[in-house]
Amino acid sequence: MARALARIAHEILERNSRIEDVALVGIRTRGVPLARRIAKTLNEISNHETPCGALDITLYRDDLSGNSSGDRPQPVIHKTEIDFSVDGKLVLLVDDVLYTGRTIRAALDALIDFGRPKAIQLIVLIDRGHRELPIKADYVGKNIPTSATQQVQVHLAEIDGKDEVEVLP
Amino acid sequence: MKRLLKGGRLVDPASGRDGAFDVLIDGDRIARVGKDLPADGATVVEIPKGFVVVPGLIDIHVHLREPGQEHKETVATGTLAAVTGGFTAVACMPNTSPVNDNAGVTEYMLKKAAEANLARVYPIGAVSRGQKGEQLADIAELKRAGCVAITDDGRPVATALLMRRALEYASMFDMPVIEHCEEQTLKGDGVAHEGYQASSLGLRGIPGEAESIMALRDISLSSLTGGAVHIAHMSARQTLAAVRFGKSQGARVTCEVTPHHFVLTDEMLGAPIAYDTNTKMNPPLRETADRDAMLAGLADGSIDVIATDHAPHAADEKHVEFDHAPFGITGLETAVSLCLDRLVHRGVLTLPRLIELLSVNPAKIINVTGGSLAEGAPADITILAPDLAVTVVAAAMKSKSKNTPFDGWTLRGGVAATIVGGRLVYANESAHLVNW
Amino acid sequence: MKKDLLGIADLTADDIYRVLETAEAMREVGQRTIKKVPTLRGKTVVNLFYEPSTRTRTSFEIAEKRLSADTLNVAVAASSVLKGETLVDTAMNIEAMAPDMIVLRHASSGACHLLSRICKSRIINAGDGMHEHPTQALLDAFTIREHKKTIEGLKIAIVGDLLHSRVLRSNALLLTKLGANLWVCGPPTLVPPGIECLGVKVTTSVKEAVQDADVIMMLRIQQERMQGAFFPSLREYFDVFGMTKERVALAKPDVIIMHPGPMNRGVEIASDVADGPYSVILEQVANGVAVRMAVLYLLAGGVEDEAAA
Repeated sequence: MARALARIAHEILERNSRIEDVALVGIRTRGVPLARRIAKTLNEISNHETPCGALDITLYRDDLSGNSSGDRPQPVIHKTEIDFSVDGKLVLLVDDVLYTGRTIRAALDALIDFGRPKAIQLIVLIDRGHRELPIKADYVGKNIPTSATQQVQVHLAEIDGKDEVEVLP
Repeated sequence: MKRLLKGGRLVDPASGRDGAFDVLIDGDRIARVGKDLPADGATVVEIPKGFVVVPGLIDIHVHLREPGQEHKETVATGTLAAVTGGFTAVACMPNTSPVNDNAGVTEYMLKKAAEANLARVYPIGAVSRGQKGEQLADIAELKRAGCVAITDDGRPVATALLMRRALEYASMFDMPVIEHCEEQTLKGDGVAHEGYQASSLGLRGIPGEAESIMALRDISLSSLTGGAVHIAHMSARQTLAAVRFGKSQGARVTCEVTPHHFVLTDEMLGAPIAYDTNTKMNPPLRETADRDAMLAGLADGSIDVIATDHAPHAADEKHVEFDHAPFGITGLETAVSLCLDRLVHRGVLTLPRLIELLSVNPAKIINVTGGSLAEGAPADITILAPDLAVTVVAAAMKSKSKNTPFDGWTLRGGVAATIVGGRLVYANESAHLVNW
Repeated sequence: MKKDLLGIADLTADDIYRVLETAEAMREVGQRTIKKVPTLRGKTVVNLFYEPSTRTRTSFEIAEKRLSADTLNVAVAASSVLKGETLVDTAMNIEAMAPDMIVLRHASSGACHLLSRICKSRIINAGDGMHEHPTQALLDAFTIREHKKTIEGLKIAIVGDLLHSRVLRSNALLLTKLGANLWVCGPPTLVPPGIECLGVKVTTSVKEAVQDADVIMMLRIQQERMQGAFFPSLREYFDVFGMTKERVALAKPDVIIMHPGPMNRGVEIASDVADGPYSVILEQVANGVAVRMAVLYLLAGGVEDEAAA
């Protein structure tokens, strides 16, 4: 995992001449520690503090309105913490797994409510295919083709105690 | 037509009989009561084992709502509810529209009762004209028309002076003044008993002393005048204490309690249905100490009568915010089961003592024939089934109104049959009274 | 959480914390440039206010709009209520148009319970008679936690017309559920009988109530109370129970002063206290929007005990 993240950090530097314009925003929950790790690596190799924020997309999910007759309790919301302006920045969204793409769509809506980024790109640790929307990742840690019945779970030291990726049948 | 009721247990406190006695009914009278009576041409009606034959029950506090509020109840539906509940006679309150403060209204009520031909109806007249608390109503006229007592029920008699005059005047006709004891300024705009329940539900409270203060006034006036006062629907332990004191001083005071006041407490306000308007009545359901005091008063004889204060209200009148709902619940069709289940089966009272409360004493207080199975007495008889399993179903009640908090309750004990003047006016199908 | 929010009485401590934590996230929305999220898009919320209210109604309305819900305000004066229509009939008429939620403020205790038996919509109690005002207690708790981090163990004093106050009842339930050391204070004529059964300490001495208090909450005194002979005059009330600088000085140095509003300056609270450094009264108002957004969001979802279906 560490190598993939380090490689991604270098790729970011390669593709973006102006590192001062770049900001990282991790999608809760596991996108956040990933974003921080990438930011740390970036800061080390570029000698520049890249701002890093956390985005909770629960309020933008497209599956909430369907909960009208009340079959499920509402998902828990956590705080969004973006304490810098996104205007004019190249915002790199970071998430652990890219699957249907709906989470990213919600994240795009949320981000645009915050301001007007110059551009938005997507970093994911794992791309497992099965897109339902026209969304693609710009930086991928690893492609893992899966079937629809399988589950991909990413565990991170900051949250789960260890770094690993599990593919469950 | 002669009928012989054979085989049941007979409980007749007036004569001291309690055991296996037969009753011979001839026409509308009781011809004989004795052990193992011969049939002698009478139809033999077998009373099933376990059933109890008692003098017809009399409810001296009922609102029949006619004339003027027929959407809630009529004399016809009310007396049907009465006999279904085991009552052979009811005394009905004057707070109708127009108020029963003259012979015209009294005669109207009696006419309706005769047409319905079910329970006997004894009208109670108003103390004051229009129940306004200013001038006495024409009490002699009311007596002559058929009233058995006077009251301004719904309210207390407005002033001490008027109550004094009423007691003095009515004593001339041997009529008690029945009083709704309530100090109005203390009651204010209260809707529930003043206590923790009302506080936590945010309801304005009525303290027990609002009732006892007025009771003390009336008992004092009864002593002053020698007139008879009957305290209606007593609910507070302080009132019971006042009654005990009055009786110990020789005052002519009697009192009644409703089944809901010895069964329920103000906890019903919050659960099972929060702000259930079928728990709103005046006087309100009080706290456990008051309910328990009523049970003690029944057991030790301080309380003379059980009466229902049957107060029907239409469903949409009660289906409003608690503050706005009218006070009152029905009672005729639940009283006997509640009494058997909560008093007799729980050992609070013996069955003979219960019959004193439901028949003997009410008849005495309103001075009517009744309360006994004596030879020559009218054949007003209630047959109880003390072990009958009863489920209260409000929707099936005969009263026009269904405002009861007891819907769905299962109780042990019910009415098998009601006989008025020798006629079977009610028979419970599940009680199997054969061969009438 | 249940289908409706009728009162703090129905909430567990966990439910309360859930609301407060969700409110944190909702507050952040109010700090953005575009103060809107699409969460309740397409949901209809009816604000049915039988009692006049600027503060609470506006707060609910802003909260609903920030969540992209469609809001409808029904104010009594402009409606069929004046034509004699009962609450039940008004509610059934509104219900026929299938709103998702009804926010009800009414002068009768228990009005929301009545509505919840009739309507399938979620009912939120915005104040029923003298009974409860749950969203007020929740925003008060949110405000206290902002300043004190935790409610457990705090000495909190509530002073004022306890008898007629729904804010008192909701706060007493909530703060005792979360472990506060709650003191209530007012003239004996305004103490609800049996209030000690809620687990609060009752005193008629303001000094005793505010001594070393972490939080002081003042309740409004209404002019009409003088008609019921509850106390002789507003002047005397202020003299005995009013929150003055001197009385505030008896509390802890970092005390916060709260008031549900609207305030009667010079009656229950002195102006210099209301506007002073310890007052968090305006924060309460701001927090009200976030807390109400949280309640709307949580109620729009499922009911935990229906999960089996």
